[in-house]
Amino acid sequence: MRVLATTIIALRALRRNKLRSALTALGIIIGVGAVITMVSIGNGAKAQVEAQVASLGRNVVTVLPGSATTSGARGGQGSSNTLTVDDADAIRREVAGAVAVSPEVRQGWQVIGNGLNWRTSVHGVSPEFTAIRAWPLAEGRLFTDAEVRSAAKVAVIGSTVAKQLFPDVDPVGQTLRINNVPFQVLGVLTSKGFNFFGQDQDDCVHLPYTSFMSRVFRWRNTVNNIIVEAPSAAAMPRLQQEITDLLQQRRGGREPDFTVRNQLELAQTATETSRTMTALLGAIAGVSLLVGGIGIMNIMLVSVTERTREIGIRLAIGAHDRDIRLQFLIEAMILSMLGGAIGVLCGVGLAQTLSNLNGWPVLVSTSSITLAVGFSAFVGVAFGFYPAHKAAKLDPIDALRFE
Amino acid sequence: MSSPVVQLRDIRRTYISGELEVHAVRGISLDIHVGEFIAIMGASGSGKSTLMNTLGCLDRPTSGTYLLDGVNVADLDREARADLRNQKLGFVFQGFNLLPRTSALENVELPMLYAHRRVSASEMRRRAMAALEIVGLAQRADHLPSQLSGGQQQRVAIARALVNEPRLLLADEPTGNLDSKTSVEVMGVFQRLNEQGITIVMVTHELDIAQYCKRILVVRDGLVVRDEPVAGRLIASEELKKLLGAEAAAQLTSAPFGAK
Ligand SMILES: Nc1ncnc2c1ncn2[C@@H]1O[C@H](COP(=O)(O)OP(=O)(O)O)[C@@H](O)[C@H]1O
Ligand SMILES: [Mg+2]
Repeated sequence: MRVLATTIIALRALRRNKLRSALTALGIIIGVGAVITMVSIGNGAKAQVEAQVASLGRNVVTVLPGSATTSGARGGQGSSNTLTVDDADAIRREVAGAVAVSPEVRQGWQVIGNGLNWRTSVHGVSPEFTAIRAWPLAEGRLFTDAEVRSAAKVAVIGSTVAKQLFPDVDPVGQTLRINNVPFQVLGVLTSKGFNFFGQDQDDCVHLPYTSFMSRVFRWRNTVNNIIVEAPSAAAMPRLQQEITDLLQQRRGGREPDFTVRNQLELAQTATETSRTMTALLGAIAGVSLLVGGIGIMNIMLVSVTERTREIGIRLAIGAHDRDIRLQFLIEAMILSMLGGAIGVLCGVGLAQTLSNLNGWPVLVSTSSITLAVGFSAFVGVAFGFYPAHKAAKLDPIDALRFE
Repeated sequence: MSSPVVQLRDIRRTYISGELEVHAVRGISLDIHVGEFIAIMGASGSGKSTLMNTLGCLDRPTSGTYLLDGVNVADLDREARADLRNQKLGFVFQGFNLLPRTSALENVELPMLYAHRRVSASEMRRRAMAALEIVGLAQRADHLPSQLSGGQQQRVAIARALVNEPRLLLADEPTGNLDSKTSVEVMGVFQRLNEQGITIVMVTHELDIAQYCKRILVVRDGLVVRDEPVAGRLIASEELKKLLGAEAAAQLTSAPFGAK
């Protein structure tokens, strides 16, 4: 076989039809690029959801105000004020399976410190929250139970707040003013990153809930939610039931105005969501691949007439069938490889750019690259090569007459 | 006498289009000897192109034998016929059939790319330039077909047919799309090639073009009805001189108005 000569012929043919070559490669670039971008983002989001679910803490049962049956579980959160600190105390006292309990209250507020100010989310919690949320301190110390009882003016801050208010000094020991009340910074929490809803979890200040309720805000006894840690994942449903029974008992015969969820349900919802998302992105990617493939196909089929005449000329001049087949195969492979390579670069680049812009994690998977490049190359070769393969078998005069 | 380059014996070609059978060539026998220069004439649809395509191994006859240099073409497979087209035959089409968007030089190089013997790039270029020189287009080697006139494109096609030094040059209405002066120029190229020993068969339906050849075959309804040598053969170089003289004279007669 005249491989070298045929390679020259193929390169000349590609150069001669720059527009067609570019459009074919573009089809492959779009297909490959879109698939890689989409799947990378999807995989990244999924990995992030999984990390976030893990970062919610181990074996956490959450009590929310509002009933799932009357007002919808999550939507009801914070909208009704029926959960109290007393409920949290009761759980701590009476539910044997509760390893740790913390009420949670929160309020967005402008905080001042070090001559700077920053709007953040101010939380009131008990010291157990670090254990329940699996959220250790990076430096300094946590407030104590005694400081909770005395409603001390002390705080631990998230890493974002530390960065914003104390860019060049050690935050520990500094003073923070919230609603004009000075708080001493005891410690800085480790960085947790963004949560499932895209909120920066490190943009926070945690105070003893007693200080939050009595010193900063005129807060009634109600809390946003109560978090409880179970000894194990297996113990969660039982703990959930015990808490439900206790709170029900405390409310007498009234319609339940609270919801107890365990973290498994939440994790399940989250992974389901991320799985749906990956499937959706995969579908979009599939469609892009299809569109790119149809683009390639159209270009190839539109040029069949011209190319069949070209094949006729070549056959008339003495080309063998296999010279023609090899030429078209080389052309298709060059375009597929070139388009595939550019597509991979574009896809990875775009995914990276999006992740930099939005703080999304990106996981470029080799399987998506293989799939995308493989499919595009297949389409390119199938529609570029097959008509040529057929035309190469014609008598030269029939190929020249082809219309 | 040397054995003929081409021996046709009772060649027939029947096209089947749907229900209809078209007998395009209905039994042609013919010998063509080295150094001949034949014009095939005949009305449109008389089977000239079909005969030429058979001679050029572009098409296969329905029946009959075709010996090219003593070899029965019907016994050869596709690849061997392709090699014949590449090595022994040069075909010039009425519609030029150059590769579009490809320079004259690359078009002429094409048959060498499909040659059995590997030709180096520099050798290819040299031979292509030599072929373009013969047809007087060496200065236009870089031009694309779209940048060339019809006559120039036809000359590129002739250069391509020549480049592998064929035994037999076949041309189907090579002047069909050209004006009379350009036609004479192309005939001049053919006459020079013929003098160098290349056997030429061409189709034309213009008698004055046929007068540049040495032998005229007239085809009617798929049969050769007349076969005779050319009496009073025209020489292209002389005719061109006459044409140029006439042009100059025409300019002279219009000159007094211009010079006034
Ligand atoms: N591919 C074909 N299919 C069917 N009929 C054809 C085909 N090619 C030529 N013919 C018919 O064969 C006859 C001879 O055609 P052709 O050899 O092209 O004649 P010429 O070149 O003398 O004009 C015509 O009647 C034409 O219609
Ligand atoms: Mg014809």
